[in-house]
Amino acid sequence: MPTVSMTVNGQTVSAEVDGRTLLVEFIREHLALTGTHVGCDTSQCGACVVHVNGEAAKSCTMLAVQANGASVTTIEGLSEGDDLHPMQAAFKDNHGLQCGFCTPGMIMSAVDLAKRNPNPTEAEIRKGLEGNICRCTGYHNIVKAVAQGAAGMRG
Amino acid sequence: MNDSVAGIGARVLRREDFRFIKGRGKYVDDMVLPRQTYAVIVRSPHAHATVNSIDSSAAAAMPGVVRVLTSKDFEAFGGLPCGWLVNNQNGDPMVEPKHPILAEGKVRHVGDPVAVVIANTKAQARDAADAVVVDYSELPAVVNMRQALSNPPAAVHDEAPGNLCYDWALGDKETVDAAFAGAAHVTRLEFTNNRLSPNAMEPRCAIGDYDRSNGDHTLYTTSQNPHVIRLLMGAFVLSIPEHKLRVYAPDVGGGFGSKIYHYAEEAIVTVAAKVIGRPVKWTSDRTEAFLSDAHGRDHVTTAELALDADGKFLGLRCDTLANMGAYLSTFAPCVPTYLHATLLAGQYKTPLIYCNVKAVFTNTVPVDAYRGAGRPEATYLLERVIDKAAREMKIDPAEIRRRNFIQPDEFPYQTPVALVYDTGNYEATLSAALAASDYAGIAARKAEAKSRGKLRGIGLSCYIEACGIAPSAVVGSLGARAGLYEAATIRVNPTGSISVLTGSHSHGQGHETTFAQVVADQLGQPIENIDIVHGDTARIPFGMGTYGSRSIAVGGAAIVKAVDKIIAKGKKIAAHLMEASADDVVFENGQFKVAGTDKQIDFGSVALTAYVPHNFPLEELEPGLEETAFYDPANFTFPAGSYVCEVEVDPETGVVEVCSMHASDDFGNIINPMIVEGQVHGGLVQGIGQALLEQAVYDDNGQLLTASYNDYTMPRADDMPSFTVDHQITACTHNPLGVKGCGEAGAIGSPPAVINAIVDALSELGVEHVEMPATPRKVWRAIQAAKK
Repeated sequence: MPTVSMTVNGQTVSAEVDGRTLLVEFIREHLALTGTHVGCDTSQCGACVVHVNGEAAKSCTMLAVQANGASVTTIEGLSEGDDLHPMQAAFKDNHGLQCGFCTPGMIMSAVDLAKRNPNPTEAEIRKGLEGNICRCTGYHNIVKAVAQGAAGMRG
Repeated sequence: MNDSVAGIGARVLRREDFRFIKGRGKYVDDMVLPRQTYAVIVRSPHAHATVNSIDSSAAAAMPGVVRVLTSKDFEAFGGLPCGWLVNNQNGDPMVEPKHPILAEGKVRHVGDPVAVVIANTKAQARDAADAVVVDYSELPAVVNMRQALSNPPAAVHDEAPGNLCYDWALGDKETVDAAFAGAAHVTRLEFTNNRLSPNAMEPRCAIGDYDRSNGDHTLYTTSQNPHVIRLLMGAFVLSIPEHKLRVYAPDVGGGFGSKIYHYAEEAIVTVAAKVIGRPVKWTSDRTEAFLSDAHGRDHVTTAELALDADGKFLGLRCDTLANMGAYLSTFAPCVPTYLHATLLAGQYKTPLIYCNVKAVFTNTVPVDAYRGAGRPEATYLLERVIDKAAREMKIDPAEIRRRNFIQPDEFPYQTPVALVYDTGNYEATLSAALAASDYAGIAARKAEAKSRGKLRGIGLSCYIEACGIAPSAVVGSLGARAGLYEAATIRVNPTGSISVLTGSHSHGQGHETTFAQVVADQLGQPIENIDIVHGDTARIPFGMGTYGSRSIAVGGAAIVKAVDKIIAKGKKIAAHLMEASADDVVFENGQFKVAGTDKQIDFGSVALTAYVPHNFPLEELEPGLEETAFYDPANFTFPAGSYVCEVEVDPETGVVEVCSMHASDDFGNIINPMIVEGQVHGGLVQGIGQALLEQAVYDDNGQLLTASYNDYTMPRADDMPSFTVDHQITACTHNPLGVKGCGEAGAIGSPPAVINAIVDALSELGVEHVEMPATPRKVWRAIQAAKK
């Protein structure tokens, strides 16, 4: 079995894995970081979004070995301890989540969106979240949250 | 009422959010038990087939495989029960075929479970599942409901050779027919209410665990109602008594009805854990969810409305075919009957209503309640046929509704379809919605759109729903096999913190905030001191769970009843401590006071005294401060509202853009407006999704063509506009909080508003109806057909 090594949330991790192990399986099952979720099997829903080398990636669509040597950030690594990243705070402030299942992937996508486009319009936010499905909120409050979160990240 | 910022009516930010936004939620699939194994289910690739043999020998020999189970391993157990009996018009009971845990000799839908492979890892179980050889002989598939009844290619069940589950009716047909004979105008509409897949974002998951030391079973499961699962699986399927079975549903990632039902996989992992002596986890993947989660809607309906020359409704007559799928899911029979036909009065004074429902077995996934459950189907029927009538009679759609509204001074109002509405003000919500959407200004917007080559339309929908499910005696008389009350325990701990144990389950609704607001308000305590506990049969006395927008109206009422008992006992303790009569003690803002004096004692001191009873009236009171209440509602609640949708259609492509949607709802009193608005937003998108995007499509062979997110069109952020919502309030008259429930309204009210708007946009071309989902192809074809 191949060995993979990567940095996850600042920690160096290394493990022997079955070659077909997906990055999301490595994160959830080997590292017990269960904030990253699996909501589909066709790379559509975005519940599994993490950052790989600083960019959003669907961790269900990468093999763990493809992330060998990479720096990975999951929802658990977005903020320290009990602090909140501005995007996390914005989701709470705007009631941008209900069941919470899509939320980690949604927040990780939103952070990536705001990095690329620090002052997005409503239409740009909606287009930018096209790869993340939420069944609870109707997106209305997510869109508000992302606008506030982006403003918070601008500082 | 306490006026602290955390009390009733405040926009308190959700207390549950922190764990979710930090990635610390605890969903079932996040749990790993020691020595846990993984189950993968071998499912039928055929819609209808005889199972000749199952050869699992190769699979059993593969690496890591612990066990392969087939139907033989489940022979000792019962089938999955149906919770609601519906009788035929002639009084005979519905046909209720066995729903085996694993298929017994025959498979009846693609996805029907046939065998279970259990291995040390999920990958090993998957590999071995591929090696299970099942020999099938295909049978003709029953897919189309009309054909299933009139010219059946096969019988889904031998007990129902014509595929009819029941033929049920409500109302007196002869009287209704007579009203039609004398009508100035009759409007007729035939339509399909499209089949949907609920698609909670968290796929279902279940872990079975068995403790050999004491014979206790634990089932961790993605359920909206763990006590109901304990009852159904324990009593009817596996014969495990309640005290030996714990069902725990921790964080659950959305339900929308699909996680009400008792599913085969829950029984499978419970049995398997005992057989192999290790915990067994099954996690659905998304395609498996499409093939095994109960679907929703799927009605084929003919509706006729009789009117007098002024547009007053004289009678409504409808025939519906309702798809049950291959087996009767837990609540399936009641959805097209008692949750559909009884809502056909809507907000109107239609004096005579007749509805015939034929429920049909097909070789498709079982169909059951999905957000709204019967009420969206009733609302769509009524609001589409009324809109068509208005257009035919050249009466403004808002005006024709106003002419027929039940008036505020006519409550309580007995409808001709069994319900008694307690309160409402339909003009208030309609007026608010029309004003907010600038209904009067549509002509100018249509003209402006036309200058850009677009067709603009506006549509409205006035819905009512029966929520707060349900008075047990009433539903019992209608065939429900359970009571539908709710339970709550308030445990005041010695240091004054409060544990609220509720039978309602939260899977996105925000109970941990809303319920805590109610208790904080009533006990005058800081919300931080109040913990809402739900989802675990080991911790909560009892419960019937969350569905039918019942949590605040029934679960909240149970909490209030338990709080009342706490206050009553607290007054006696306080009276003793203050050497006063309990009758003279009042409770205000967290203080027990002797009326007319300055004597008072705080809630925390009374709590401590209850547990340290050194100075306590032990001769008349027990120590401790914990009370349980069960609340059985006196009636349903009747949320109602008006939705206005505005669309723009590109006639060249058939693409529909939703430009705006305004929702004006009457949910009675509101505990947390922020959460209520969020519920409406989510419902609106599910309703707009039904109207424009979503459909579970079967081909003629019974293959589900839309079994992934590449094929089933889920609404995404860029498909939707932002919404405006407002609330008008008439308080429910028969529960202590005056609340009606808000969870389903958005999904109920929005589909006809969208389709009415599209038809309005296309009416100048002569289009009278477009079927849901109104995809570009359907809209374009309707335009082309109208041109001919």
